[in-house]
Amino acid sequence: METLSEKILGAQAGSFSDKQIDKAFCHDGTGIQAKIIYDEMGAPGIVNPEACYVIYDHIAPANTSQTADLHRELRDFATKSGMHFSDIGGGICHQYMAEGRVLPGEVVIGADSHSCTLGALGAFATGVGASDMAGIWVSGETWLRVPESIALYISGTLGKGVEYKDLALCYVANLGMDGATYKSLEFRVDSTSEIPMEGRLTLSNMAVEAGAKTGLWYADRITREYLARYGQTCQDQKPHDEPFYTQEIWWELDDLEPCLAVPHRVDTVKSVSELAGTPLDQVFIGTCTNGRFEDLARAAAILDGKSVAVRTIVVPASQADYLQAATSGVLATLVAAGCTVCSPGCGPCLGAHMGVLGDGEVGLSTANRNFRNRMGVGASYYLSSPSTAAASAIAGEIADPREAV
Amino acid sequence: MAGSGPAVCIGEDIDTDLVIAGRYLRTKDRSVWAEHAFEDLDPTIAPRLKGCVLVAGKNMGCGSSREQAVMALREAGVLAVVAPSFARIFFRNCINVGIPVLECEEFPCTNGEMVTYDCRTGMMRTDRVTRECLSLSPRMQEILEAGGLVEYWKRRLSR
Repeated sequence: METLSEKILGAQAGSFSDKQIDKAFCHDGTGIQAKIIYDEMGAPGIVNPEACYVIYDHIAPANTSQTADLHRELRDFATKSGMHFSDIGGGICHQYMAEGRVLPGEVVIGADSHSCTLGALGAFATGVGASDMAGIWVSGETWLRVPESIALYISGTLGKGVEYKDLALCYVANLGMDGATYKSLEFRVDSTSEIPMEGRLTLSNMAVEAGAKTGLWYADRITREYLARYGQTCQDQKPHDEPFYTQEIWWELDDLEPCLAVPHRVDTVKSVSELAGTPLDQVFIGTCTNGRFEDLARAAAILDGKSVAVRTIVVPASQADYLQAATSGVLATLVAAGCTVCSPGCGPCLGAHMGVLGDGEVGLSTANRNFRNRMGVGASYYLSSPSTAAASAIAGEIADPREAV
Repeated sequence: MAGSGPAVCIGEDIDTDLVIAGRYLRTKDRSVWAEHAFEDLDPTIAPRLKGCVLVAGKNMGCGSSREQAVMALREAGVLAVVAPSFARIFFRNCINVGIPVLECEEFPCTNGEMVTYDCRTGMMRTDRVTRECLSLSPRMQEILEAGGLVEYWKRRLSR
């Protein structure tokens, strides 16, 4: 029987399908490259500008005159062509799109590898490069190979201080960095477990770290309730009795413990208890993996009334997350603990600004990638959940969040 | 889409940050990417890329969607990329900028060894070994033969 990928793309795994795109988005980094390529194509215009979004997140606000000039060029282009445009501070493209702009069953293409995040909403969402984005602008369509699927069955309940990020790190380690290449992950939940949208977004976000094309969830009550917050309605997606999965993996949430991806591979994961006491130079809480309000709130609950012992940078994933953190008091708690809060966006994750590490420094980040030199040449960093990050920020070294919550 | 050139061999799981680092992305000058290609992996690689066939280990091009990584290879004069598996966005990006991608089981090869490839027949070889590669879809072939997605869409839009 068909998988969710096959159902949405309307073709069998392995076949190639030319698809009209429901939503296409890019950011300041890939967008300017797509604009240059679009100009080279000499197209008469953008076919479906209302389906296209340009969202500034990677180096926003601009760090140099050169970046600012590229921002200005793309900003002018996006606004004049009638595309949706989100300027600096609106948030990370994936989170911005997740806030009521993507619906179950849609085909969503983003010019960023973590576009798979939006699979959490039951959309077939995947990343492409700048040329593909320019091609979508000029035609409204692109080609896709319908992927085979791997099922990740999840059951049980998370323990104290353990997060869905810990599961994300574990499943990537289990599959390996190329274990799901050219495939889709389909997350299937036992009826006794209830995984909130923020957890689904975190789990889908890291699908690409195992090479997957997307990380899909069937739209259900959680999806409906989440989208209702943004005034959107949707139908549930019912799975067929026995979709054909090339691999099936079972995860028991009760068995998980806090863990970290160690430098410099995201698929090399160890338990926090094993690494406790490792000195840190910086902690970073944010990114499209873990910069949502709920992530900041869990970190704040641990940091409440305490002080960070190491420089700690917090970057909300979107303006909406920032505002909710401000009005709920979460932001005040983080600032009072000594955190530096920066404007919504990717922050230092891609190694461009606002908290890049120095040579020889050791960082801990709630991001999805710890490639060598990515967040600072000569630096090394660990990936963890916000709870582990907060507990470690207080200790100034890797610390187990179960002792802090 | 056939040719030959000396091999430049790189390892497994080479991510796009290692192909071109984030600090070099914000520019319109594509020669910058060629100049700094693989700088954090091995600074001796960039000068050897012109006219080469890049022979990589599994999971070539994992990580970011940054097309600058494949543009760096194109600007540097890489003829084709060979690997047992590719990260899918990197694979797509290669075709979109007109670099032939040859996916085949492990290809035993040393630096400087002559590699001959033919995308249409899906074959590649050295003096010691011959391999059959994954065949590309008709649309991928069409994009490659046009020289990349810019030329592909130019042609389609002018029809």
